[in-house]
Amino acid sequence: MERADIEKLAELARIEITDATIDEVTRSITEVLQLVDQLQTADTQGVEPMAHPLDAVQRLRSDTVTETDQHAAFQNLAPAAEAGLYLVPKVIDQSDLIGTVE
Amino acid sequence: MHDQTIAELSRGLADKAFSCEELTRHYLERIQRLDTAYNSFISVTADAALARARAADAERAAGTAAPLCGIPIAHKDIFCTRGQRTSCGSKMLDNFVPPYNAKVIDNFDNAGCVSLGKTNMDEFAMGSSNENSFYGPVKNPWATDSVPGGSSGGSAACVAARLAPAATATDTGGSIRQPASHCGVTGLKPTYGRVSRWGMIAFASSLDQGGIITRTAEDAALLLAVMAGFDARDSTSVERPVPDYTEHLSDSIEGLKIGVPAEYFGAGLDAGVGAAVEAAIEQYEALGAQIKTISLPHSNLAVPAYYVIAPAECSANLSRFDGVRYGYRCDNPKDLADLYKRSRGEGFGAEVKRRILVGTYALSAGYYDAYYNKAQQVRRLIKQDFVTAFTEVDVVLGPTAPAPAFRFGAKSDDPVAMYLEDIYTTPVNLAGLPGLSLPCGQVAGKPVGLQLIGNYFEEARLLNIAHQFQLATGHHLQAPQGI
Amino acid sequence: MEWETVIGLEVHIQLATQSKIFSGAATAFGAAPNTQACAVDLAMPGTLPVANEAAFRYAVMFGLAVDAEIATTSVFERKNYFYPDLPKGYQTTQLAKPIVGRGHVDVQLAGGDSKRIRIHHAHLEEDAGKSLHEDFHGMSGIDLNRAGTPLIEVVTEPDMRSAEEAVACARKLHSIATSLGICDGDMSQGSMRFDVNISVRPRGDKTLGTRTETKNLNSFRFIEEAIKLEVARQIDLIEDGGRVVQETRLYDGDSKTARSMRSKEEANDYRYFPCPDLLPVVLEADYIDAIAKQLPELPDARQSRFVNEYGLSTYDAAALSSDAAGAAFFEALVAACGDAKQAANWLMGEVSARLNADERHIKDSPVSAAQLGGLIARVLDNTISGKMAKQVFEVMWKDGGDADTIIANQGLQQVSDTAALEAMVDAVIADSAKQVDNYRNADPAKRPKMLGYFVGQIMKASKGQANPQILNKILLKKLEPKNK
Repeated sequence: MERADIEKLAELARIEITDATIDEVTRSITEVLQLVDQLQTADTQGVEPMAHPLDAVQRLRSDTVTETDQHAAFQNLAPAAEAGLYLVPKVIDQSDLIGTVE
Repeated sequence: MHDQTIAELSRGLADKAFSCEELTRHYLERIQRLDTAYNSFISVTADAALARARAADAERAAGTAAPLCGIPIAHKDIFCTRGQRTSCGSKMLDNFVPPYNAKVIDNFDNAGCVSLGKTNMDEFAMGSSNENSFYGPVKNPWATDSVPGGSSGGSAACVAARLAPAATATDTGGSIRQPASHCGVTGLKPTYGRVSRWGMIAFASSLDQGGIITRTAEDAALLLAVMAGFDARDSTSVERPVPDYTEHLSDSIEGLKIGVPAEYFGAGLDAGVGAAVEAAIEQYEALGAQIKTISLPHSNLAVPAYYVIAPAECSANLSRFDGVRYGYRCDNPKDLADLYKRSRGEGFGAEVKRRILVGTYALSAGYYDAYYNKAQQVRRLIKQDFVTAFTEVDVVLGPTAPAPAFRFGAKSDDPVAMYLEDIYTTPVNLAGLPGLSLPCGQVAGKPVGLQLIGNYFEEARLLNIAHQFQLATGHHLQAPQGI
Repeated sequence: MEWETVIGLEVHIQLATQSKIFSGAATAFGAAPNTQACAVDLAMPGTLPVANEAAFRYAVMFGLAVDAEIATTSVFERKNYFYPDLPKGYQTTQLAKPIVGRGHVDVQLAGGDSKRIRIHHAHLEEDAGKSLHEDFHGMSGIDLNRAGTPLIEVVTEPDMRSAEEAVACARKLHSIATSLGICDGDMSQGSMRFDVNISVRPRGDKTLGTRTETKNLNSFRFIEEAIKLEVARQIDLIEDGGRVVQETRLYDGDSKTARSMRSKEEANDYRYFPCPDLLPVVLEADYIDAIAKQLPELPDARQSRFVNEYGLSTYDAAALSSDAAGAAFFEALVAACGDAKQAANWLMGEVSARLNADERHIKDSPVSAAQLGGLIARVLDNTISGKMAKQVFEVMWKDGGDADTIIANQGLQQVSDTAALEAMVDAVIADSAKQVDNYRNADPAKRPKMLGYFVGQIMKASKGQANPQILNKILLKKLEPKNK
């Protein structure tokens, strides 16, 4: 792990890592990765990855509207809201303009 | 009153030895007087508690009360409480007052329990020492220079200090059992899916499970019955009836087959802890159990697998904390990227940021197979170890933590040393099994916890085995000095 | 050099469920901002998703309609990226195990050719909210009502070779989704959105050229325009010695220009992994069979039925059967007026023109099938002329009302009374001695043309209400040369 690797991860995770802490963060993450690298000693040939502890399947709910409008209560919690909308700094990055799922 | 168990308090309320309001005032007074030394509560909701206690008295007078009506309880500050700040131990949620309850909170409210307040915890349940709380560390009531364990350190400490007869908690990699062990109390992590996760702020969704910290197994049995049950709002909640967990508490454990994994008694284990656990094994033999040494061959890979899977899941679970809809938002963001990066950079503590970055790495292009996928394969091997073991034995027994509570700062600069605190607890979460820690002795005045691991949904059996130990021994009756 | 265009489509189809894919919030369009965003949609801490059965049923219906394999086990994954319209910071979607596997659609091309377009897969996922870019003191507003609306994303193979084929495929997918009733098909509201992957290569080459992706096209016209523009751009670029860069492009339908949004080199790393809050979805064979049995009529079947049952041409049948609501309107109209050919002409003529002019969908037509059927019936029984019917239709469109009332109010009934018409004809003949002479002396072959003058005069006198058929008969009789 280099400082640049941490910067790249921090960018992906949208977390500011200050100059004052980045060396310490780099060092500790390097140690954690050394710990988890012990995984490589395991023979996992043909082992199905396990995402859930129980072999359960998804229950599906019926298509009924059960929720009522609570936007006033929710927007009381918002750092910035106006006219029923959550407010964020105006987007300038071009990719932001797509504004929809891919 | 505070030396009584919930079973005793419930009888006292029924017999009108004291009122719910008197009981609640007693605990509130203790919290106010004593908790400055322990910092086990983030919020104390005295007014709401007293109002609820008076209502409980009215229900008891009317004869409509459920058995636990009026019993005080503390809730880990990870469970959302309607109209009451739910911080998750984080600056990020310091101002967060949810307009909804966690299912667990609803369950205790419906049972008539009186919430005293919200307990301190490692930020977003990430930590094994409670040193990662935005609200400052919790002090271990047995030795205030030492950690209470984590992440449910506040819940364990407040029960140990008799500031509440019981506290809810959550366990993702040992966060109920390890602090219960360090604080000399009883902590139960149920089977994954047994307790609803709705309204319980997620750390690692496939590992998180709500549970309870009490002083006795009997109390845990009483409270698990309230806490557990199917919830249609949690897709991973299991549709399965909730038994009466007290029904088999008194059953004899004659002939019980106890498996002791050789791997849990290796080099990392403190000698005093090992001796206390050996003594407990002898006690069980005296109670008629058969002891069998077993092998859980992939145990040494549990911590590495856990510290991939838990960070990977948390890296996505914590993306919602972005300063847009609730929670901390940085001052004067200059653009959207700045809003995200500084709100998260300033709102999260060091350990949370570290785990998000590790998880981001484990999932990123080119590393997914080597880390995340590999860890999920190892996870299956670890589960398989237990499945095999349970074909031979009824329960698995070992230490909960490798050593007694350590001093503040001893491991805070060394995440790997801190993570190894979870060496005996993480396999249980990876497999989704129920686990219980109960006191079994002391080392230099600090409690030692014994861990029992049961087969899926065999909480009743674990409680029976723990209760029989507590009937025969007095470790769970020990209180910290000055309590 | 002769170039070949290679096109693949990615289509987002909003499913017409009542509630969202993972929450019980309503999906209705047009609500006030954030009033349909519940705690789950807002990603409030501690909230959890529970999957909606109808979303799966609709996805299975789509899969069956395109003759695809239906996955008995499908898995939701998290696709991680930060954007304010994505509250959780990840989109719940399917990647490795989508609900719908390989399938195909057959599309009709001009000239009667048919072409098979393969579908690679279709997966279920959640829609995002909307960012409103008007200014709130230098800020943007976020409305999360749309967040969590169920989508299926259909991904085709790069089987299309022209804008025409791509549009035909897009129309076919639209037709299938609306016929199944799984989508309202309203493209202006984003119910169906198209991303187009485009590359070019020298004709005969086997390897694919570098492709670009033009995103979020929400009309068939934009798909066509965007493809033509991008193909021309790529060919120009290559012929000028440049090379195509893999990138995302955005087409602006107003300016008819496109621009690059971002290059794939700096693409996000989405860090997909199975969603731990949702378990694998297992659909039993019985469940899928029951859906198959109840599948509504599909566009291909409906088109042949229109040919056989109503005697329509293949072209008319295709046009009238593609949209489920349009087809239903047509069938109601035939029932109301009793004449399939007239019904088809009206729908493809006047009605279609007015809908286009008003940018309305047929399901929002202000004139109902019963109203229009009543009007056509009055043409068929000669109460009004075809020309007048168009006037009545205009009134009907603007102000409503049934045909008979409008005809009466406007006094538009034709004059079919023979005596009255004879009197008018006599008056015109009396005033037009010269024209009558010319007519009678003309070559009989030229007379029909000359008749127009007299028809015109009488239509003028009758304010256009003379029944043309009866008038013609009277005129021919009265203008016939007297002495032969």
